[in-house]
Amino acid sequence: MSETASGPGAARVPLLTIDELTVALPPDGDRAEAVSRISFDIAPGETLCLVGESGSGKSVAGQAIMGMLPHALPVTGGTIRFDGAQMPPQRHHDFRTIRSARIAMIFQDAGASLNPVRTIGSQLAEVLAVHGVPRSRRRPRVLEVLHDVALPEPERIARSYPHQLSGGQAQRAVIAAALLLRPGLLIADEPTTALDVTTQAEILTLIARLQREHNLAVLFVTHDFGVVAQIADRVAVMQQGVLVESGQARDVLRNPQHPYTRKLIAAVSPAPRILEHDEETPILQARDVNLVYRSGFLGNRKALHAVKDVTLDIARGRTVAVVGESGSGKSSLARCLLRLEDIDSGSIRFKEEEIADLTGAPLRRLRRSIQVVLQDPFSALNPRQTVLSAVAEGPIIHGTPPAQARVKAAELLDLVGLSAQAGGRYPQEFSGGQRQRICIARALALEPELLIADEAVSALDVSIQAQILDLFADLQSRFGFAILFITHDLAVARAIADDILVMRAGEIVEHGPASRVFAAPEHPYTQALLAAAPGLDLFQKGSAA
Amino acid sequence: MIGYILSRLLRAMLTMLVTVTLVFLFIRLSGDPAAALVPPDAPQSVIDQYSRAMGLDQPLWQQYLGYLAGLAQGNFGFSIHTGIAVEQTFLRRLPYTLHLGGTALALAVAIGIPIGALAAIRRGTPLDRLVMGFSVFAFAMPNFLFGLVMILVAALAFGTFLGGESANVIWPALTLGLAAMGSFARFTRSSVLETINAPYMRAAEARGVPFAKRLLRHAAPNAAIPLVTLIGLSLGALVAGSVVTEQVFAWPGVGQLLVRSVATRDLAQVQFLVLVVAATMVMANLIVDLLYLVIDPRIRAK
Repeated sequence: MSETASGPGAARVPLLTIDELTVALPPDGDRAEAVSRISFDIAPGETLCLVGESGSGKSVAGQAIMGMLPHALPVTGGTIRFDGAQMPPQRHHDFRTIRSARIAMIFQDAGASLNPVRTIGSQLAEVLAVHGVPRSRRRPRVLEVLHDVALPEPERIARSYPHQLSGGQAQRAVIAAALLLRPGLLIADEPTTALDVTTQAEILTLIARLQREHNLAVLFVTHDFGVVAQIADRVAVMQQGVLVESGQARDVLRNPQHPYTRKLIAAVSPAPRILEHDEETPILQARDVNLVYRSGFLGNRKALHAVKDVTLDIARGRTVAVVGESGSGKSSLARCLLRLEDIDSGSIRFKEEEIADLTGAPLRRLRRSIQVVLQDPFSALNPRQTVLSAVAEGPIIHGTPPAQARVKAAELLDLVGLSAQAGGRYPQEFSGGQRQRICIARALALEPELLIADEAVSALDVSIQAQILDLFADLQSRFGFAILFITHDLAVARAIADDILVMRAGEIVEHGPASRVFAAPEHPYTQALLAAAPGLDLFQKGSAA
Repeated sequence: MIGYILSRLLRAMLTMLVTVTLVFLFIRLSGDPAAALVPPDAPQSVIDQYSRAMGLDQPLWQQYLGYLAGLAQGNFGFSIHTGIAVEQTFLRRLPYTLHLGGTALALAVAIGIPIGALAAIRRGTPLDRLVMGFSVFAFAMPNFLFGLVMILVAALAFGTFLGGESANVIWPALTLGLAAMGSFARFTRSSVLETINAPYMRAAEARGVPFAKRLLRHAAPNAAIPLVTLIGLSLGALVAGSVVTEQVFAWPGVGQLLVRSVATRDLAQVQFLVLVVAATMVMANLIVDLLYLVIDPRIRAK
């Protein structure tokens, strides 16, 4: 009856209606309200994507529907109605009969949302038990639902512990738990953000299939317009707690009205970089680099061949992106080039000098020429060290007079777009994007000739990502260093790279200029990666779900 | 999993061998045991006679092998003063120490863990601060002082003596277990805090699992993992503490025997007691390692 529930003009009866919902923030928050008078509704069989960056209030909306808002975030106005009835107040015990039974929720990190010391089967059976399903009917239902989410060998999965499942399998198990009691609404809070692109594509397909089969209403919380393009019927965009735009997915994607929406959409597919450099001798040449991690003792020795026969060149002033999924060996490769790991065989030459077996003082001198920016700008800075001192520390260690190093550090902070007062403050006073700017300034303080960026924008919101990528490119054109940019995100690689290396299981499977690799990928794995990436071709082909 | 068990067993045996060797060496390095036994003005001939009787005139390696062979046959030596086999004296006193130590551990677990969990659940309330205040007091209070004060107060106010063989075990046990109780409370609090804020707790809430069930079936098994280690390690502190506590309460256990044997330079007795204490620690660690297999599936997988 609702095969075209999203069609305009259909007799659409909303399952969930949120009307002018307002949730306050604690008095010391950065704004007065977490969400301000937001309204939306969802009908059965329909997917509403709630889109926004971190801190936009999108997850707060999800929690409010589940009655799970903490005391610190009180609802101060508006109503939530489900299936025609007003919801109980937050945290009310009546929610027990609603949670999971009528509205189910899944979270970003599926592995972490499963109890590590209990089997999948027992955790799923528990959901049935607490909702009064008799013991004899629990196990068959658990196996049935595990089968339904296309997990192989449901019996074995039920006996397994969370650590024995892959990320994709764990997310399927969590979705299975959500479907156990046949709820009418599924709230999915960034369920694919922690997954590789190919796994993400599978999970999105799964959710879409389950939705069709069970006529589910889905509230999909995400920051990624690529995902929106793939699954949304309707979109609501949130910024700073306010709903700035909403409508049919197709309309919003084709013709976004609000500047913030435009920014988010643009971030999915940044303009490709035009290469204008001449060929010159590579500053870094790696040949047949191999790295094997060995662990264990006596009987249970294990070896993991993390990097296999990798050969690559990086020229001055150019950017090479290494693309691969987690576990592909790309970070291990970075560690080899940074000389943080001793390679097992092969050669690494930096400015014509073999560096693979440098030790002592020559290695310390090399360290200043190759610098790194890491993924997590929160843990990469010492919380007890002022920003200026963090940036000046490297040059001081390498012999620059402290006064001079501090003057230069202040200049660098200015260069990466931080204010003059920033130097005296501590890292926790800055946002994620600002901290990554500090990390970049710190790396540049040593005037490196090669900068290795390991997932340096992955922890950032998409619009901040674009700014940091611009900063990398700007500083590179100014100082002329080479960049090795490690990322799992094809859109990022496309935005910044001259050359692309695709890694899989420790090997480079494809290598070429970015324009060629994106336009005509040769290796089947690259093709699969490109096909799985949500929305990357959104604007070339104008396709939507 | 079998590899894990075998490696732990092998490690336990190696530790025991090292301990046995060190005990052997230390006793011989700390001066001539024969000379220590006789009065200071005894003539050399008497010392030599003692040396021969104790086999100390043989080369070191021969003594060591003989000592190992004796241990392997269950021959641990005889008290120089009473002539009774050292293990017999030990076994006679063991029930007292087991009674005391067991009660102390039971008190520490039965009080420390629940109040720690309660403090975590009521985090930031006066109750939390009260429990943490008590835990600092319990941990910092030296047991000889606490025991003495308790005896003094009981004697002055109620006219009873809390020590001696026939006294209630609860008083020395409370003295002995107090420090462990404090550290269990503190550790339980942080361990429970960590688990109740874990994502899987939130996910369980979203699946409609009630609060009590989340605490008991989701948080407790996870919070227990680090606690098992702490309880195993605190056995060592209990053994050390029992030496002082038994002395203070005139409790006729192994700790008191150790003090007396050291004071009278009863080498065979001291040597045996040190080995027993070491074996207790090694066994406790082994049991903790094996318990991990039961409570943590991630270790079972290895």
